[in-house]
Amino acid sequence: MSGRPLVAVVDYGAGNLVSIHQALTTVGADVRIAEAPMDLAGVDAVVVPGVGAAAPAMVRLDGQGLTGPIAAWLAADRPFLGICLGLQLLFEGSDEDDAVTFGTLPGRTVRLVDAPTLPHIGWNQVERSRAHPIFDGIEDAADYYFVHSYAGALPGAAADGADDIVLARTTHGRSFVSAVARGSMVGVQFHPERSGPDGLRLLANFVELVRAA
Amino acid sequence: MLRRRVIPCLDVADRRVVKGTRFVDLVDEGDPPELAERYAREGADELVFLDITAASERRGTLLDIVERTARRAFIPLTVGGGVRTVDEMRRVLRAGADKVSLNTAAVAEPGLIAACAERFGRQAVVVAIDTRATGPAAWEVVVQGGRRPTGLDALAWARRAVDLGAGELLVTSIDRDGTGAGFDTALLRAISASVEVPVIASGGAAGPADFVAAVRDGGADAVLAASIFHRRTYAIGDVKAAMAAAGLPVRLVPQAVA
Repeated sequence: MSGRPLVAVVDYGAGNLVSIHQALTTVGADVRIAEAPMDLAGVDAVVVPGVGAAAPAMVRLDGQGLTGPIAAWLAADRPFLGICLGLQLLFEGSDEDDAVTFGTLPGRTVRLVDAPTLPHIGWNQVERSRAHPIFDGIEDAADYYFVHSYAGALPGAAADGADDIVLARTTHGRSFVSAVARGSMVGVQFHPERSGPDGLRLLANFVELVRAA
Repeated sequence: MLRRRVIPCLDVADRRVVKGTRFVDLVDEGDPPELAERYAREGADELVFLDITAASERRGTLLDIVERTARRAFIPLTVGGGVRTVDEMRRVLRAGADKVSLNTAAVAEPGLIAACAERFGRQAVVVAIDTRATGPAAWEVVVQGGRRPTGLDALAWARRAVDLGAGELLVTSIDRDGTGAGFDTALLRAISASVEVPVIASGGAAGPADFVAAVRDGGADAVLAASIFHRRTYAIGDVKAAMAAAGLPVRLVPQAVA
């Protein structure tokens, strides 16, 4: 594909969508805010942003008729970026409120262990476990902005990197998974749209992956 | 490792950034989105807008300023001043803010903290606590921009606000605000030791050494200041260099294009 890919940003609540919309536009995408299944027609990629708890998010996605189309999108391995809660929803469920989530990835969302402060708010280092084009041109252990108290925990072998899902880890108290990828799906626990130049670079890399898909 | 944050605060009144001493004698400091972009470029870790006239004036202009800023500065933005309802908070977030800071309205109706945290997550709810010293190791909460004492003990209110759902506390010493006398590290230490959430120090910064003290002696996770940045007394990079030299973890300023 040449030109500007069309990226759907899923709107399922009340959070700030201005930042992600503007950031994706800045790095070369056209953005469509998606509130209903029909908004996903013809798009090249889906971005699920969001902060907060999983259960109310799943209720709102259900109410908007979006859980089925998003699950189908993920099952078809089409370009997808989950940010913060948008990543957490990819796991099987959340310990925060026992929500049942998409289950694209094995494991659950669990409270950060031994964290000196909670929520984990601020800039922290994203230390890579393996190479991936989403981090092209970005130094290892670059700082990204986090706002969360829970993170996805992969079971056993997956947590050890045996199946290559884990892209990066970050330490606050103990180390947790801060970026994942499988096929065309990428998930980040931090907020690239609020992480300055390195954040924009990551989003530019995502748009490049969408173009190449 | 989690970085200690440096946060420029933009007090906004009538579309302009202003700064006074002890919340009065306001001086014009510039255009909000323009200053915000400059600070982001110079390495600010976050931005805070405080709408210091919101309680008595119209609010539409603030939403416009928030949106213009969010489109120019790709760092987190907190907005405070005059938010009294869940719906007002929703509108500020939709305009491009990541967090809302509650102050007077939360003291008047503590249930507002819980309602906002339930709707948007506690990470979006900052409770701002303006304090005045009433004795050795004793501080009272004051509201309405420092004009009205409440009789509330600052430590007790801090703990209650966190129990209700505050994800961060923005702790200001009115005694120090705009005076350059340094942060009240005893106040910061007392509050940061009694809550699990991050504490943002505010009120009294004169130079980089004060930022170091707020973190090292006060236990603050983040440090907020206005005048010294607006007037270019110190650059954000100067402050971070001093913090790094003191062994504190900071996000090093990307090569500024200033």
